[in-house]
Amino acid sequence: MLKYLSISKGYVMGNFEKKLAKFWEIFYEHDGYTKVLTGLNNTLYIAVAGLAIGIIIGTLIAIVEVFPKYKRLPRILNGFCRFYVGLFRGSPVVVQLLVAYYVVLPLLGTNLPALNVCVLVFGLNSGAYVSEIMRGGILSVDPGQMEAGRALGLSYGVTMMKIVVPQAIKNILPTLGNEFIALIKETSVVSFVGAADLYVAFSYIGTNSYEFMVPYLAMALIYIVLVMIIALLVKIMERSLRKSDRRN
Amino acid sequence: MIDVINLSKSYGSLEVLKDITVSIKEGEKVAIIGPSGSGKSTFLRCLNCMEDPTSGSIIFEGVDIADMRVDINIHRRHMGMVFQQFNLFNNKTVIDNIMLAPVHIGLYDLRMKKIKNFFIRIRNVFARNKKPLYEIDTTKSEIKAKARENALRLLKRIGLEDKANVYPSTLSGGQKQRIAIIRALAMNPKVMLFDEPTSALDPEMVGEVLELIKQVAEEGMTMVIVTHEMGFAREVATRVLFMDEGRIVEDDTPEEIFTNPKNPRTKEFLSKVL
Repeated sequence: MLKYLSISKGYVMGNFEKKLAKFWEIFYEHDGYTKVLTGLNNTLYIAVAGLAIGIIIGTLIAIVEVFPKYKRLPRILNGFCRFYVGLFRGSPVVVQLLVAYYVVLPLLGTNLPALNVCVLVFGLNSGAYVSEIMRGGILSVDPGQMEAGRALGLSYGVTMMKIVVPQAIKNILPTLGNEFIALIKETSVVSFVGAADLYVAFSYIGTNSYEFMVPYLAMALIYIVLVMIIALLVKIMERSLRKSDRRN
Repeated sequence: MIDVINLSKSYGSLEVLKDITVSIKEGEKVAIIGPSGSGKSTFLRCLNCMEDPTSGSIIFEGVDIADMRVDINIHRRHMGMVFQQFNLFNNKTVIDNIMLAPVHIGLYDLRMKKIKNFFIRIRNVFARNKKPLYEIDTTKSEIKAKARENALRLLKRIGLEDKANVYPSTLSGGQKQRIAIIRALAMNPKVMLFDEPTSALDPEMVGEVLELIKQVAEEGMTMVIVTHEMGFAREVATRVLFMDEGRIVEDDTPEEIFTNPKNPRTKEFLSKVL
């Protein structure tokens, strides 16, 4: 057993420098790094734009869902929103991506670049999740805030956007950060429809150097560092938003 | 000024207000007293349609604001409201709290006028009878500056101008409620509605808030106050309504109600609280 371990360890470590050299060769001399940079750029672009779309859609859906439902129009809109949320939470994002790219696009007869399709699908998908987060956030704000705005003669929508939603966002920021991190990691499936993300870049390096250990290790490290940076940014943002809670 | 006609309000099968008819004239200071659960707060909240009446009408300056087709937001701008729980906007500084509504409404009106003028100009090119344009005599920055000036003047009046740029969470209850009152005053309302303005305050802060309400009353503002402060009601009000079980049981001057109540229910209530 010991012998086997030491052999295998020796085998791995003995080759590691060679593997590193191979990786470096492709990465540095054969333009691997530009591919990695594009991949990183695309990953971030899909995640950031997706979250932005998600927050806009999610906020609108949450407002429709908490709107008092005496009249017919809010009820119809609410039904539509429920359907939307059910649809996008009910299937994996990979399936949605494939359906959007190989079913919906040909049916519509348009030809969108894969990257834009990814942004749209991830935006629509995270919109369904953000809507529930946002609804919880809006419900966590004291109803007196809405009453005070209405009593001053502001409309429901204006009070919502100026008073309630900013306070809701402050309350749900940690959860939104979570959603963003999940989104970044989920983007690793966009190569299914041919968008060039980090995975595509590193598997290019892997196939060209005939070894995958170092590239995939590097990919894992990049994801981890990325997520750590985002967690830090969320914390900083939270602190600046919390300043209205502090006594000075 | 406010005519309430046959106002009823029920939550499901629970009838909170039963067929109330009352008229509030300009300059009157009406205090509403009564045991808890008698519908005082609900009645007050029906006056500016924070609660939609189940039936009946509320005529404010000749318009039935209980009618669902009326744009209630326009009429609420002339009715200030002060809440038991202050309800200052937590995400805005004190001065932004006061300026928010006047600035937003000013800018909105300005924008609507500009849009209307744009269409009138297009129309005037083709039509024979020329329509006059809406007069625009302010600018965005002027509206903001005016609102800020007004807010600072009001803050100075209550001696809190040094608190203009802090958030409400740093203030005491009394300070919050006084700011809530001047926030309502900043809209230049024609009537002020107070929903138990001192019930959530520490005893030592009640005085400063009542003092400010008294000042506002002396300036001739029409007021409707739901209160448990009998001494205050007696001193400031020109008319007292005693409510019980969703009805106005007695409606008279404070002297009459407090010294010579006619209804047995009023007598019983006053003997308990006085």
